[in-house]
Amino acid sequence: MSDPSAASIVSTPRPEQLTEASSPATAGPVGKKEKPRSLLGDAWLDLRRKPLFWISATFILLFVVMAAFPSLFTSGDPTATSLSRSRVEPSGDAWFGYDVLGRDVYARTIYGARASIVVSLLSVIGTMLIGGTMGIIAGYKGGWVDGLLSRIADIFFGLPFVLGAIVILTTFNGATSNNTAWQIMGLVIASLVVLSWPVVMRLMRSSVLATKEADYIVAARAMGASTTRIIFKHLLPNCLAPLLVYGTIMIGSFIGAEATLSFLGIGLKSPVVSWGIMINEAQNYLRPSPYLLFFPSAFLVTAVLSFVMLGEAVREALDPKLR
Amino acid sequence: MSDILVSEQSAPGADGSGRPSGRLLEVDDLRVEFRTRDGVAKVINGVTYHVDAGETLAVLGESGSGKSVTAQTIMGILDMPPGFVTGGRVRFHGKDMLTMSAEERRRIRGEGIAMIFQDSLSALNPVFTVGFQIAEQFRIRRGMSRSDAKKRAIEMLDQVKIPNAKGRFSNYPHQFSGGMRQRAMIAMSLALDPEVLIADEPTTALDVTVQAQIMDLLGELQRERRMGMILITHDLGVVADVADRIAVMYAGRIVEEADVYDLYAKPAHPYTLGLLNSIPRLDERGQQLRTIKGLPPNLMNIPPGCPFNPRCPMAQPVCRETIPPLLQIGTGRASACHFAEELVNRD
Amino acid sequence: MGRYLVRRLLQLVPVFIGTTLMIYLLVWKVPGDPFAGKCGDRGCPENYRAMMTEKFQLDQPWFVQYATYMKNLLQGDFGTTWSGREVGDIIATAYPNTLKLAAMALVIEAVIGLTAGVLTGLRRNGFLDNLVLVSTLFLIALPVFVVGFVLQWFFGVKWGIVTPTVSNEMRLTELILPGFVLGSASMAYIARVSRTSIAENRRADYVRTAIAKGLPMRRVVGIHLLRNSLIPVVTLLGTDLGALMGGAIITEGIFGINGVGRTVLRAIVTKESATVVSIVVVLVLVYLLMNLVVDLLYAALDPRIRYE
Repeated sequence: MSDPSAASIVSTPRPEQLTEASSPATAGPVGKKEKPRSLLGDAWLDLRRKPLFWISATFILLFVVMAAFPSLFTSGDPTATSLSRSRVEPSGDAWFGYDVLGRDVYARTIYGARASIVVSLLSVIGTMLIGGTMGIIAGYKGGWVDGLLSRIADIFFGLPFVLGAIVILTTFNGATSNNTAWQIMGLVIASLVVLSWPVVMRLMRSSVLATKEADYIVAARAMGASTTRIIFKHLLPNCLAPLLVYGTIMIGSFIGAEATLSFLGIGLKSPVVSWGIMINEAQNYLRPSPYLLFFPSAFLVTAVLSFVMLGEAVREALDPKLR
Repeated sequence: MSDILVSEQSAPGADGSGRPSGRLLEVDDLRVEFRTRDGVAKVINGVTYHVDAGETLAVLGESGSGKSVTAQTIMGILDMPPGFVTGGRVRFHGKDMLTMSAEERRRIRGEGIAMIFQDSLSALNPVFTVGFQIAEQFRIRRGMSRSDAKKRAIEMLDQVKIPNAKGRFSNYPHQFSGGMRQRAMIAMSLALDPEVLIADEPTTALDVTVQAQIMDLLGELQRERRMGMILITHDLGVVADVADRIAVMYAGRIVEEADVYDLYAKPAHPYTLGLLNSIPRLDERGQQLRTIKGLPPNLMNIPPGCPFNPRCPMAQPVCRETIPPLLQIGTGRASACHFAEELVNRD
Repeated sequence: MGRYLVRRLLQLVPVFIGTTLMIYLLVWKVPGDPFAGKCGDRGCPENYRAMMTEKFQLDQPWFVQYATYMKNLLQGDFGTTWSGREVGDIIATAYPNTLKLAAMALVIEAVIGLTAGVLTGLRRNGFLDNLVLVSTLFLIALPVFVVGFVLQWFFGVKWGIVTPTVSNEMRLTELILPGFVLGSASMAYIARVSRTSIAENRRADYVRTAIAKGLPMRRVVGIHLLRNSLIPVVTLLGTDLGALMGGAIITEGIFGINGVGRTVLRAIVTKESATVVSIVVVLVLVYLLMNLVVDLLYAALDPRIRYE
């Protein structure tokens, strides 16, 4: 992306600005014509030139539609079993073939998007809310409040993700428990949030600490603005950009995490349809029927990558140093 | 172009010191540009200067005038890209360094030409001891044993008058004070007994009192070792005591070159005159400081004609059309001004 | 330095207690009946209930329980499974295998990640650079089990280059593929961190100085540049050793390695919670200690950082 000629092909009217910028020495008031552009505006200009951004955004849109209206993509029933077609290879009828229980793999893969997207999206929202609130409080209050919250975060941070999830989910979602599909989903979301919020808190805390002493915040405080006003009007908007970037990337990794937990047999369970469950079921038939593993993996990989790439693209656009 | 600048003074190297006399280091019509996303900046536009054994050439100029880039090009430490050498020669003992092999050139560094940097804190490697960084040269370049190299390094630290050199050997750069660190830097650059020393603003980052000490030390070492020295600075005060000759740079060109005395007495370029006038003087207290109006030109868009013309109080129409060449105007001095003679001969 | 170490160890104590207490409570206290769903499908044998209740004082308030548990744990007594095996023994057999796997992963990720990072850091925006950027993106984004299955299928099943699973002897050649899979994400991080670090330091003044001293290029890069750029990488590697152990669960499951990860997995399936908690506690302890080691290492590598 650093090639200036490549950039200029894609319709960004820059030459005028260039000549202006390059002759500050010649005279004073040339800078007038230059329209001040915000950081976000700049980032958007940068972003829309990136094919990576458009590709990942398109895929994300596709997956979201898939999650909301799976019937647009398939008329099949993801849970209809028929042992007579157990592990029938992909064909014109069933593009992705049938699994052990004779369920249509294509239909299941499409329907699998819903669980993944819902779980990861809700987990990210939960993580952001909890981690973000804690981070703002810790960063803004400082002192013993900060110390206490930071230590609590350390405790959760000290728990490696998979291990922590195993403990939480085996306790509440053990094989003997009779949780409904929604309860299981709630538990998976809860464990993702519980184990991930410290990261967001640290991000938010350092971001608040960095802006807290900025002159305009000090000025706002001096003029008698209330704490809530300072936080919502001044601090939040400034800390939001990195948080959003991180959130986008996190959606991707949470899709992967959900699949990992389902794969381990401690996350979502049949009859819920999810890519992780499909991969878990497919692993025993790796040799005779690799396609059972291939299709859900391919969808999972594409979904994860789309979100991660979108996040990376936005991050690069927002970071002037990388341009 | 270099033959214009025939220096009349006798080359001081020819006195049996063992060093070859004559042109030690010669920069000839050097041209360098930086190619960036925003355009091409012509940083050096035909710089020509030389330094002989035992003499000190001061290169004077504002930041952005190209004085440091010239030094970096001589040393071969220019960032390429974005830097590109588009023309000219750098001769060391008559041999063009820009066309020789990388290995040949590497051998000149440290032994032939050494360099002192402005900011010793960032120029010294933070994770190695100062002693290691000096001794390293004896080990790598001279093949000395670890203990011999250490002994020599401590000698070097002693020579630059660092107290308790032995104890200081194993200190890290951040444990030195600014002045001591610059001394260590000098010790490091002199370790291989170079013939030419390039000092790139060696005192800019230091306190005024320490500045004088460091300059004294440099002058002393230069005389002892009969080195050629290129002293790069923007500080006219530093120059007067140490330099033999001064080359003034502006917008990537030498605009005036002269002996120190001549330059101070009768500047032959309006830019030099402006620089001299901008020094605060005690006998003019209470008056407004005189400055050169305007800003240095943007190197991506150097004005046509004399690059100084937009700021020059003496500018005439001709200055906006023709670039004045650097012409000899007397013994050992040259100026790149259309009106150099008038300047020198006025009052 | 000594005082710093003591302070750090003291800081570690509340985190350790907090983490283990959380795990302990989740497993033994929250379910109400501490033996609910802990001994397979048929429930816990009466004598096991009696023995555990007595040993871990499960009829006492929670803090007494926890204290007893910790006391036993610190004496190396992890309790017994309901079938009568010592959990400590189980860990002792499984741990060396995990350690081997983690060490292999660490070596692979260090070698490949660093090589890729240094090469691309020195020469940015080339073909290799873009290749590394894209492949690291994949490795970071993909869940380990997907990478594991894909590589196992291609290398083990389709092309038959390696055996798909690892035998009990744990031969080194067998461990290469699992080690690669386990270290894949960290490898990508290491490549990226060292790339950025090298690229940043490449233009540093001290690198210029080293060149100006007439040192050969391989010494400038190999000693001056690398030594500085490696600081963040080494710390990353250190943190990783702790994390790899926890991450080994999935890799060990895929490749059939009898390490702590597979043991945990089996314990989950057989609902053998005593084993699960003990192993998790051990792994957390290792993880926390490794983080401390990393901090100390950091000070050793960068003389500018002094811990008082």
